Parts: sequence; C-alpha cells; structure tokens
Amino acid sequence: MGQPLADPASAQFTTNPPRDLPTRRNTEMLLLAFAAGLVTIALVLVEANQEQALTLSILWLGLAYLGILAAAHLAVRRWAPYADPVLLPCVALLNGIGLVMIHRIDLAKAETAAQAGRDYSPGVTNQVLFTVVALALFVAVLIVVNDHRTLTRYGYIFGLVGIVALALPAVLPSSLSEVNGAKVWVKLPFFSIQPGEFAKILLMIFFASFLVSKRDLFMVAGKKFLGVELPRARDLGPILIAAAAAVIILVLEKDLGSGLLYFTIILVMLYLATERVIWVVVGLTFFVAGCLLAFNLFEHVQQRVENWLNPLGPRYDAQGGSYQIAQALFGLGTGGVGGTGLGAGRPDIVPEASSDFITSSIGEELGFVGLAAVLMLYLLIAMRGMRSALAVRDTFGKLLGGGLSFAMVMQIFVVIGGVTALIPETGITAPFLSQGGSSLLANYILVALLLRVSDAARRPATRPRPPQTRQAPISDAHTVLVQRPPARDEKNGRTA
Amino acid sequence: MNTPLRKVGMAMLLMIVLLLANDTFVQVIKADTYRTDSRNRRVLYDEYSRQRGQLVAPDGTILAGVKPSGDKLNFTRNYTDGAMYAPVTGYYSINYGAGGMERIEDDVLNGSDPRLFVRRLSDMVTGRDPRGGNVKLTVDPKVQKAAYDLMTKHGYTGSVVAMEPKTGRILAMVSTPSYDPNALATHNGKEQNSSWDKYSKDKAQPMLNRAINENYPPGSTFKLVTASAALEAGIGPDTQVSRAPNVQLPGTSTTLENYGGETCPGTTFKDALAHSCNVPFATFSGQLGADKMKTTAANFGIGQSDLAVPLKVAPSTVGPLDSPPALYQSGIGQRDVRLTPLQDCLLSATVANGGMAMKPQLVQSILAPDLSTIEDVEPEQLTGKPALSPDNAKILTDMMISSESFTAGNGKNPALKIASKTGTAEHGTDSKNTPPHAWYTAFAPADNPQIAVSVIVENGGNRGLAATGGSVAAEIGRAAIAARLGGG
Repeated sequence: MGQPLADPASAQFTTNPPRDLPTRRNTEMLLLAFAAGLVTIALVLVEANQEQALTLSILWLGLAYLGILAAAHLAVRRWAPYADPVLLPCVALLNGIGLVMIHRIDLAKAETAAQAGRDYSPGVTNQVLFTVVALALFVAVLIVVNDHRTLTRYGYIFGLVGIVALALPAVLPSSLSEVNGAKVWVKLPFFSIQPGEFAKILLMIFFASFLVSKRDLFMVAGKKFLGVELPRARDLGPILIAAAAAVIILVLEKDLGSGLLYFTIILVMLYLATERVIWVVVGLTFFVAGCLLAFNLFEHVQQRVENWLNPLGPRYDAQGGSYQIAQALFGLGTGGVGGTGLGAGRPDIVPEASSDFITSSIGEELGFVGLAAVLMLYLLIAMRGMRSALAVRDTFGKLLGGGLSFAMVMQIFVVIGGVTALIPETGITAPFLSQGGSSLLANYILVALLLRVSDAARRPATRPRPPQTRQAPISDAHTVLVQRPPARDEKNGRTA
Repeated sequence: MNTPLRKVGMAMLLMIVLLLANDTFVQVIKADTYRTDSRNRRVLYDEYSRQRGQLVAPDGTILAGVKPSGDKLNFTRNYTDGAMYAPVTGYYSINYGAGGMERIEDDVLNGSDPRLFVRRLSDMVTGRDPRGGNVKLTVDPKVQKAAYDLMTKHGYTGSVVAMEPKTGRILAMVSTPSYDPNALATHNGKEQNSSWDKYSKDKAQPMLNRAINENYPPGSTFKLVTASAALEAGIGPDTQVSRAPNVQLPGTSTTLENYGGETCPGTTFKDALAHSCNVPFATFSGQLGADKMKTTAANFGIGQSDLAVPLKVAPSTVGPLDSPPALYQSGIGQRDVRLTPLQDCLLSATVANGGMAMKPQLVQSILAPDLSTIEDVEPEQLTGKPALSPDNAKILTDMMISSESFTAGNGKNPALKIASKTGTAEHGTDSKNTPPHAWYTAFAPADNPQIAVSVIVENGGNRGLAATGGSVAAEIGRAAIAARLGGG
C-alpha cells in the first residue's frame, strides 16, 4: 500500500505514472465470506453441542448476520471505497463470535432457568437488534463524515458534549444510572445506554483536533523545567481540564476501568502530538500517585486489588469478593490449551459471562488458542488502524487514527488483563464481543472513523480536496525537489 | 508524527504479547490448579452428565439405575420402587445434591473413585464414555417389599430393619411414610423444586430415614439387654422372680407397673421375659447396677457414636443411669433409653449370633462399570466383645422362643421357628395417654438364625392406646422373616 508516496527518492526514477491503488473491495468481500463461514461453523457447533439438534435459530441468526455483513460491505464499497480491506472482516468476525457466544450462553442460561422453574429471555435477540442499529450508525458516520478532517471544525463541541455525556450518569440519581454498583448508565424507559462509551470517541476527536491546532505552540513556546520545555498553561489548559474532568468523573462513578482507559488514551495522544516521552513519564508518575491515592481513599479499590492478588483466597465468598474472577480462572483453566469445544463447556457459571467476561467464556470453550486468535484479531484491527494513521497525510488523521487504534488495544488490554488476572478486574466490555448495546454502537462508530481515515490514507490524491484549514509548517516540508503529480498540494511528502 | 506512531504501535504489540504471556500462564501452566479446584463446579457438572453407576441388590434387581434423558445431561437417575427403597438409595438431584447411599458412594457411582482408576484409563483409551462404578447392596428385595408393603398397607409410620445375624448384612431398611426419589431426579426444574418443597415441608417427614436417623424408647425389647446382663451376672433362667404387679422405685413414692398393672403369670426369669413382666427386669437392672448395664449395652453396640453402615447412624443411648430409679426404669427400656430401629435389630441379631454383635453393613461389594467385582465388604465384629456368652445366648434364645409363643398378632407360622421380643414403649409428655410405640424384634430360625428383624410402628399404628408390640408390629416382622425364609 501507499506505493506512489513510498519513497520520493525512487520516484525520480519512476517511468510510469503512479498507478491508482486498487480498492481491494473484493478482497474485503472474500474475507467477509470467510468470517461468515467461520461464524456459521461456530453456530452449528454450538447448536449441536447444546441442543443435540439444529434449530431454527441457526437460520435466523445466520441470516441476520449475513445481512449485516452484506450491508456493511456495500456501505463501505459506496462511501469509503479505498478503506482498508482487513478492518471490516476482523470486526465482523469478532461480532459474529460474540453473537454465537451470547447465543450459546443464552441456551445454557435458559436451561438453568428451566430447571429452576424460571423464565429466561434470550439476550442475543437484543444483541442482533443492537448490531443492526450499530450498522445504521456505522453507515451514517461513513456518509456524514465524508472527510475526517471536517470533524476538526466541531472539536470543542465534541469535547463539551463528551464531558457532559460522561458526567450525566454521575449527576443523575442512582435509580436512573446505577447497575451492579457502577454508576455509568442512563436508564431510559425502553433501553439503557452507557454514554461513557460514546464520550470516549467524542473526547478523542476533541483531543485530536485540539492537539493538532495547538501542536506548534506547545512544541516551541513555554518555560524550561528540569531541562524540558513545557508549553504555556493557556495552550495546554483546555486539554488538561478535559482530561482531569474525565478521570475525576470516572472515579466518582467508580468506573475504574474506563478511568484507566481514558487516562492512557489521553497520554498516548499527547505523546503522539508532542513527540515528547516526558509526557508519558509525567503521566505515569501522576498515574502511580493517583493509584496510591485511590487505593488509600477508596475501599472498593482495595477490594479489587485484594481480589486481583489473591483470587482464590479468603475473599472468594465475600461481598464484592473474588468469586467472579475465580470462576473465570476456573473456566480458563478447564479450557486449557484447546478449550472444551464450542457449546461443550460451562461458561455460564461465571457471572456476566456474556458481557464483561465474554473473553473468559471464549477462553474456556476455544481454549488458549481461541483466545489468542481473538487477541490477534484485535491486534490486526489496531495495527491496520495504525498503518492508516502512518499513511494518512494530515496530522489530525494521524492523531485520530493513532488514538482510535490505541483505544482498541487498550480496551482489550483492560478487559482480558482483568479477566486473566493480569491487572485488577474492572468492568469494561470487550469491543464487538460483549453483550451490550452502547459498547457495540460506540465501537462501530470507532471503526467507521478508522475506515474513514484508512480510506483517506489509501485514496489516490487525484480528487480535489476540501481546502485545508491547517497545513503543516513550512519547516516540516521536504527539501528534496522531486517530480510530483501536478494535482497534489501536499507539503508533507516525507510521510509514507 | 510517524516516529511516535511507530513507537505506540510497538507498545500495543507489547501489550498484546503481555496478555498472551499471562493467558499462557493461566490456561497452560496453572490450568490444572484451576481445573481441579473443589470450587470449580464444571467438574461436578461433568459428573452429572456421566453415566452414573447403579445401585443393585444381590439378586440383580436394579434399585437405582439410569435412563437416557435426551437432554444435555444425557441421563436421568431412575429408581424402581423409589419410595420403597428411598431410605436405602437416598436421592440424586441436580438442584439439591445427593442423599443416602447416593451421597456416601458418590465417588464410586460417578466414577471418580481411585479404585476405578484403571478402568477409567482404559475407557479413555478405547474412547468409550466414562461410566461410574456400581454398588451392590445387601438388601433382599423380597424382605424389603414384604415389610414395606405391610407398613404402607396399614398406613403405619415407622421403620423395619432386617439383617443377617452372622454377617451384619442389612436385608431390609424400610422407613414409612417415604418419598419418591424419582421426583427429585427429574431434569424438570419446576417438578424437582415442587417435589422437594412438598417432601421437606410435609409434617410426616417422608425424607427422614427412621431406621437409622431417629431413635425411640425401645420399651420391652430392651429387656434383651437387661436379660443378657443378668445372665452374664450368673442369674439363671429358672431364678425365681417377683410376681408383684408393681414395684416402688427406690427412694421415691413412684411405682413401676407391669403392662396393664397385671400380676406376672410366671415365677421364673424365663417366664418374666416370655410374659414381658416389668417388675423383675426393673429389679434386675437395679441389682446389677449402672456399670454392668452400661457395659452390656455397649457390647450390643449401644452408645457407639461413629457407626456407619456406611450411612451414618444416629447414636443410641441408655442414658446416664445415675440413680436407682433411673436404673429401674431404664431396665425396661424407658426413661432415657433411646435406640434406633437398626440398633434394636442388632439386639436380636447379637443374640442370634451367639452373643457377638456384627457390624451392620449395607454394601456388599463395589463393582466396576462392567459389573466385575472390585472390592468385597467383609463381615466384621461391631465391638469385638461379646454381649453374652454363646451358652447364655442359647438360653436367651429359648426365652425368646417362649416369648414368641405368648405373643399375639397375625402372621404366626410354626414353621418359621421365631425367637422374638415385643415392646410397647411409652413416650411423650403425657405418656399414659399417648399411644405407645409398638416394637417387635426377632430372629429365625431359632436354631440356625438367618435373619434378625426389628419393627417399630410409631404411636400405636392404627390401634392407638391399646396398641402393643404383639398386636401391631409382630405381624410385619413375621412377614419379613417369612419373605426371607420362604415360609410365608
């Protein structure tokens, strides 16, 4: 990819005019078909193992899934033809595995409920509905944001809306906002949403646009402190305020996982924008101090740490104790390397098996191998996103793409790290896999933006572009004179 | 901005590698620790879906088997004559766990017992689904059925225990009213729950195993202990005893009467047992003293707190025996004397076995899934000390034969050659106006004992205050004996 811009030096010797990049939409279609095949096999396995028979639910689940894939693919073909062909199939596969797993846990829970004489309404129906809605949003984002740079115009608005959305559950009464101890919901009559999931993306757009606009200022101006040039307070102020507000709100909402997520995302975006490691060092110092403070201030933090250090220990049965994480570990251990087989394990024993702990369910039934494959899918999404960020020509796109990609990996790090007791467990969802509408909607939006960035990265720069409001400083411009395609007004030709 | 992007990319790669490394630790290195943790219910569910072993009678009757369930657990526990054998088999329920033999022999039945290890290994190699081992019980379906049918026919609440005197093998263990363990084994959760509720809330306590988990005042059947102590102390069967209708308890104004306040029809020790006169036995007990009574009782197994057949048996007791009145009243099986029906059966069985109590056993052997024997349970002595000498046992047997001859009730058959002792035990706060427990303990044939049996019918059965051991309980004991000996 990116051959025409790959090496300006070699471009001197290019005899042929740069070729248009293939769109690779057919590759995407093949990969999607492959994902659909895998998911169908998984579904059949689940049904065979759980029900001992194949039921009609295969048909409607399978058709719904295929319909969603086809719609997504056609939308990308139409509105982001040069988008990275690997992103969507990875997402589709994850989403499919998630649906299969949720359906599988539904079957188990329905049986348990039947044995105990209770009723059970399956969660997969909702999840399919949410997937359809998520897809609609995905398409809407692709259509509305036909160039990601237009987002910079609304940076401050996004930031404000993001903070308000994030703060909303904290100010609402608990009856409208609290589920299982985490005050991160807004409960509406027909459904509930976690506005924080969306705030994450809004704030990332704000940070990216803000950092890009102020980038020059805080890279040059300011005082020296301990040999480091610090930007002026008024240049960095808004971002510090937004960051602090976000983290404080999350601490108040007891949503420690999201707190960690936001904090690291902000840190990484700051580092990407300033290219100064000192931000990471300062940030981590603050982080460690904050952790120590939180540990000493909040009892629930101490409990979480205790549960993490000793999941099989005395807090196994305690209120808010390590039961859940212990059961997840039991499941993972039972699964072992190869897993128990889809539909043949007992993942439903773990509380929240289909939402926060869906990765432990996958680890139990598909084993280490399956969980590693899932990790690879996330890594692939993130790396493809990163690749697009590298290739895209504008700094906003780079920052946004880098931020979104990192957010994907960081989420999965917090989730799987928590489930496998690498870090203290915090309740956040695995993107595309976990049951839960907000997470699904938000992550589809995230992927739509990544696709948009990748589309911009791979799109041949022949079409007239919207006027660039901010250009890279002249000092960044390449000094070697090379022959360029006439239409390109890109100054930042160094990048590839 | 590309350099930091690449570095962040590297950091992301590192994070994923870290996750993979940690997951390897959890799912590969520590996997066994987690898999085998006792709190990991997956192991339990695995057992539930394995083909559980059977509980079989020596004649091959399957008391608890499995039938294919067609659902995810593959098999349903299936009890033939569930209610009849419930005190023996117990229950096996997904929601409520297991009880009775199902619980005690769970390791064998679910196949996790170490003795089954080699077979499990071969199952694994041959790819056959692992199955549990079987347990062969000692119960004789004929005896069990005869006793259970009569108890339920009359609507009695109570228990029947029968055993082989020479081996201690339990031939019958009936407790009525009973419950149907099939209702708890069903995979229909609603049915299971409502059955459990029904059984556990029922005032008649159908899930109580009266044979081993409940103890009662044994009444006159306890005279076998007192008589043994007397015989061992050198009091011969022809020793003259008081015919008086009552005796004043030493140091009190209370009197202890013969049944119905009657004068004892005979004058010897032998007559006293045959006619179950209270006064002579109360007096014997007072004369012999607490130590001798306790020793003899202990040699019969009374007071053993760790008896298991292997179902755990509630301890029987003679009480503190701390005063002469206590001794007098205890000598006829009242006051604080409490025996389980199993222990009461042991009284007859011990006499029948020449004075040596054998350890009651409900398990005959452990079988592999293919029904080959893995381990036999050998008979063993219960206390190792004879309760009475073989000679005295013969004397006591004669006395019991004569007791049987004076005992009324249905089911009499001279061909059975029964030696027995009845009991009519007062209980409750207003003991004179509470229908007594009717007891009957016996063995047969007297000259070569094959079966000892004990019957208790709570609260006089259907005869109320007029009930006696002979009129209510004897019929059932005789039926059980007849079923075993084929003379019925």
